[in-house]
Amino acid sequence: MTSAAVGDLVAQPYKYGFVTEIETEKIAKGLSEDVVRLISSKKEEPAFLLDFRLRAYRQWLQMQEPDWAALGYPPIDYQDIVYYAAPRQQAKKTSLDEVDPKLLETFEKLGIPLSEQKRLSNVAVDAVFDSVSIATTFKEQLAEHGVIFCSISEAVKEHPELIERYLGTVVPGNDNYFAALNSAVFSDGSFVFIPKGVVCPMELSTYFRINSGDTGQFERTLIVAEEGSSVSYLEGCTAPMFDTNQLHAAVVELVALDDASIKYSTVQNWYAGDENGVGGIYNFVTKRGQCRGARSKISWTQVETGSAITWKYPSCVLQGAESIGEFYSVALTNNRQQADTGSKMVHVGPRTRSTIVSKGISAGHSINSYRGLVQIGPKAIGAKNYSQCDSMLIGDQAGANTYPYIRSQQSDAVVEHEASTCRLSADQLFYLQSRGIGFEEAVSMMVSGFCRDVFNQLPMEFAAEADKLLALKLEGSVG
Amino acid sequence: MIRPDAPVLLEVCDLRASVEDQPILHGVNLTIRAGEIHAVMGRNGSGKSTLSKVLAGHPAYTVTGGTVTYQGQNLLELEPELRARIGLFLGFQYPVEIPGVSNLEFLRVATNARRQQVGEAELDTFAFEDLVRERLAVVQMDPAFLDRSVNEGFSGGEKKRNEILQMALLEPVVAILDETDSGLDIDALRIVAAGVNQLASPDNATLLITHYQRLLDLITPDHVHVMAAGRILRSGGPELAHELERTGYDWVDQELALVEVG
Repeated sequence: MTSAAVGDLVAQPYKYGFVTEIETEKIAKGLSEDVVRLISSKKEEPAFLLDFRLRAYRQWLQMQEPDWAALGYPPIDYQDIVYYAAPRQQAKKTSLDEVDPKLLETFEKLGIPLSEQKRLSNVAVDAVFDSVSIATTFKEQLAEHGVIFCSISEAVKEHPELIERYLGTVVPGNDNYFAALNSAVFSDGSFVFIPKGVVCPMELSTYFRINSGDTGQFERTLIVAEEGSSVSYLEGCTAPMFDTNQLHAAVVELVALDDASIKYSTVQNWYAGDENGVGGIYNFVTKRGQCRGARSKISWTQVETGSAITWKYPSCVLQGAESIGEFYSVALTNNRQQADTGSKMVHVGPRTRSTIVSKGISAGHSINSYRGLVQIGPKAIGAKNYSQCDSMLIGDQAGANTYPYIRSQQSDAVVEHEASTCRLSADQLFYLQSRGIGFEEAVSMMVSGFCRDVFNQLPMEFAAEADKLLALKLEGSVG
Repeated sequence: MIRPDAPVLLEVCDLRASVEDQPILHGVNLTIRAGEIHAVMGRNGSGKSTLSKVLAGHPAYTVTGGTVTYQGQNLLELEPELRARIGLFLGFQYPVEIPGVSNLEFLRVATNARRQQVGEAELDTFAFEDLVRERLAVVQMDPAFLDRSVNEGFSGGEKKRNEILQMALLEPVVAILDETDSGLDIDALRIVAAGVNQLASPDNATLLITHYQRLLDLITPDHVHVMAAGRILRSGGPELAHELERTGYDWVDQELALVEVG
């Protein structure tokens, strides 16, 4: 009885499910070498990038879709997807005033005001709508510090040497099936470059919005932090409600040189499908950071609440001596959602350290799996890892799995793994209720309490937002 | 303190309840007036704890008959959180641990829910800290417990003191203390009993649920009820508890047999 009531609570209607009526330029469905060339030519790309795309495409053709994840879904028809869609508008905007007001309105409705009067004062935002970036705020102010923050398409034009030097060096074009697909057809995404010794003066953020119903989203993000620099970056994502599934296959590459630090946070709220599992985003994402320099640090924090399917393992390759990798994750699944997510920490250099804290919450009929790899190479003398994977079950129909993999070629490495599973119990809820705390607040208090270790890692501006997002997902009628 | 003219706070009439279709309460009658301390005694399985859970509104128990009137209101139609806000308090026999939820924050949210109900201003974190430090004295609790998760890693005695601390903060009208004495050593028992005595006033009432006389040596009840097989078999003054202490519960079985035959 109580578990049914909790079930009602987590079945909260999706509030970002609206569609923006806007004239869109789309290419025909389907994927071929010609489509790859067409995308590249639409974006007026230099030859090296077309080569990169074509190599990836040819390798993708030879690859098999992975089937090792604990996920079940019908085969994806890659010829039934539109690979490029953009709101029709005149050439690249020089100022926000020229952006279609409908687009500005859309982002405002999503809580991301872009206009000068309303935008957040301490966060620079790149707004991506379907396949293109429509605006980036605070670009000039950041440029004064030497920080480059723009769409990756723009970076290809303005800073081709940086793109050529770094693109595909962390996640190669043939890294895996979905990364190869992304490398062939990626449309837009963000580019961040923090020069030597610069502490980025504000939070950077990209907001991804899928609008079209039959379009795949393949964004590519590249962040480079030079020696001694640091940056904190956040991405957010939403999509309208359609009864078909849409493919989202993104690639994120991070490069940290000596003493640099990158903090990458994600609040993922793609449409998750309805209570019967109809519709929703298929989220196949490759995120990897390379701690190339000594004492560099890369920290991933993710709050995953959306998508019908999530397949995502933000990773750190710890090359530089004494470099640090961190992964903090909250994944909430409900109804028929499936998540197979975790992290990979690859220790290459000496005295490298990594931390994994994963909190999975499964409600409804969902399945939530943690899958993680800790690999200690032969040169990683004195490497240390600590992993903690906790699962919370809500109701009696949901599933939680943990698949930790540990491979060590170093006898003096220290690898610790802790795991726990708990159920949101009727007795705990009753205890809080019997002290005058309402049912919904009681659930929300317990869930936030369970996630606290991760929320503490989010940038201040977004910690409250993440708490609100979870509360929203847990809001509803008391049964 | 018995005052025949004191207002009735809680009136339980022919209360019947079951858990998982198993009837447990078979018609409980109980009248509690302001200023009174009641003790319900009885063996394990007599229905004492069920009575306390039903009064607090635990969802696992189904009321199958009878009425409960609390300060003139039908208590049984209220959600558990509302019962708490209007002044009913249940001190648990086994307080649960709630990892990740800060004890201080929990106490503050609970206190404010009650204050809001009685029309008092909500306390901000600073004002609440002052209040909670003052009330900690009632149970001689170390302020370090405030920084921990609710009941997590607390010893049995610490959990019970945390219950009485909650009672001190919520200032209930009717407090039901379910086996508050179980698992306490004599020092902890004294502290808890002193706390309960300190909180008792002519305007509120306390219902102690207990096995043993030893709690009643420290808190003198006005009324003692003996419960068996889901009903109150006999009621009396404090002397009834002493009689139980001397004779044990065997007479209860005989009396029960008579009731069931009759």
